Amino acid sequence: MNILTRAADITRSPGDPKVLSTGPSSLAAPDQMARGLGWFSIGLGLMELFAARSLARSLGMQGAEGLIRGYGVREIASGMACLSVNPVPGVASRIAGDAVDIATLMAALPNNPKRENVQLALLAVIGVTVLDVLCTSQLTARHGRPSGPGRDYSNRSGFPQGVAAAQRLSRDAPAGG
Amino acid sequence: MKALVWHGKQDIRCDNVTDPEIEDSRDAIIKVTSCAICGSDLHLFHNFIPAMMPGDIMGHEMMGEVVEVGADAKSKLKKGDRIVVPFTIICGQCDQCKRGNFSVCERSNRKKDLADKVFGHTTAGLFGYTHLTGGYPGGQAEYLRVPFADATHIKVPDSMTDEQALFLGDILPTGWQAAVHCDIEPEDTVAIWGCGPVGQMAIRSAVLLGAKQVVAIDYIPERLSMAAAGGAITINFETESVVERLNELTGGKGPQKCIDAVGLEAHVTPSQPDTLMDRAKQAMMLESDRPHVLREMMYVCRPGGIISICGVYAGLVDKIPMGMAMNKGLTFRMGQTHVNRWADDLVRRIEEGQIDPSFVITHTAKLEDGPEMYKVFRDKQDSCIKVVLKP
Repeated sequence: MNILTRAADITRSPGDPKVLSTGPSSLAAPDQMARGLGWFSIGLGLMELFAARSLARSLGMQGAEGLIRGYGVREIASGMACLSVNPVPGVASRIAGDAVDIATLMAALPNNPKRENVQLALLAVIGVTVLDVLCTSQLTARHGRPSGPGRDYSNRSGFPQGVAAAQRLSRDAPAGG
Repeated sequence: MKALVWHGKQDIRCDNVTDPEIEDSRDAIIKVTSCAICGSDLHLFHNFIPAMMPGDIMGHEMMGEVVEVGADAKSKLKKGDRIVVPFTIICGQCDQCKRGNFSVCERSNRKKDLADKVFGHTTAGLFGYTHLTGGYPGGQAEYLRVPFADATHIKVPDSMTDEQALFLGDILPTGWQAAVHCDIEPEDTVAIWGCGPVGQMAIRSAVLLGAKQVVAIDYIPERLSMAAAGGAITINFETESVVERLNELTGGKGPQKCIDAVGLEAHVTPSQPDTLMDRAKQAMMLESDRPHVLREMMYVCRPGGIISICGVYAGLVDKIPMGMAMNKGLTFRMGQTHVNRWADDLVRRIEEGQIDPSFVITHTAKLEDGPEMYKVFRDKQDSCIKVVLKP
């Protein structure tokens, strides 16, 4: 049990139940992973936004500061979407962003005095891309609705004497509750 | 005892907690025999309703057997009584309770000062809900303390099963009140947005109250099939234009009565662009609720018509066309449900076989499986419409 749960007991009255021990959470591993990626995305985005110049320098990409800041905004938006109640579009947008990042770094490789840094960054992006793809597939498996019509509930009228009888009832006894 | 406990956004756990204790002479304790997950529990699950605390016990649809009674509740309850517990806690004595406005009871919210500041004036205490409504422990648990128990209960006749009686505490009277608020007349078309459990009850209520035509709007096939079973004409908003279909069905005049059984989390889809805008604003905390259904109702409703809102809204909504509503002379009626106002009539209707609310139950599970069932219900998996839990 975490400290917040213990602290919240202050708001309860003496007769209210208090947590003794906790069970498994509705929040499964892919959900936790999406949240982790969301916070990572926001952190990276802030770095790209506010430290674009030093990033550009370390990647030998001077002159691309504006582009890096733009990528930072994209990362923050993706991160916020990852932290929402439906993180799938957020993580999917990260994969699209990863592709853009890889393409940008590949384009920066030739004749780059900081080639080794760029290679390292490429490796990191590819690693995170694997995590993003894994997370999306696990989230979809856990939260997706199978395609198809679903169950047929057309026999569940809720009127033991049938719909027509319920309609007749209202005609006999006028509305008003 | 075991209980489903809120630990944060989308984090519900089945925890071991201490047993509830009688605090006041009007309290009683029940052994919960059945409880359900409500659509508004999902708003708490998603953390869209403010002032939840880690450690809060969920649940406001429950019934059970009385196992302990405070001295001042003994005139109305005794050990062994089977009761449904209304989700609104009522004192039965204040001005509002005397008027039958039970969901705005002036005395049952134990965090009245907080509610006064936020709402202007307090509303009733609610089980398993935000601390703005008292932060009372909910009924997704093995035992529940019922405050003001001498007033806050509905006795269950022996002839009624748990499954028939359970929904008297919330979704049946909520759907019923939404339909009653429409002042239904024999020539009326009643359009109902949302075919979740409350929407399903609103459909049956509108039929029982004599609507000429009931139209149900949703996008999930199994929910639409259940709506059609109850006598509704259905519109799938993913494949059809709601405005065009409603105009077709009403000779171009629009429905006289509209019911919002969706509330603050309207489905987000590119086919309804305002929902995308709302979702973005919600993410950036520029509005708390997604009011697509309100906008659509105000647009399609016949001038002079009634908009009845039983779906839960939590806070602030944006881009509401008040000019349109004002010029069309629309009447708005809304509120949490005055459960006890409708209870006697609904008990009678169930006993007489006019309605059997158990039709809506699609899943029954153990309390321990609650966290997983929240997910199944939230994700609308396995054709889930209503989950009943057995502690």
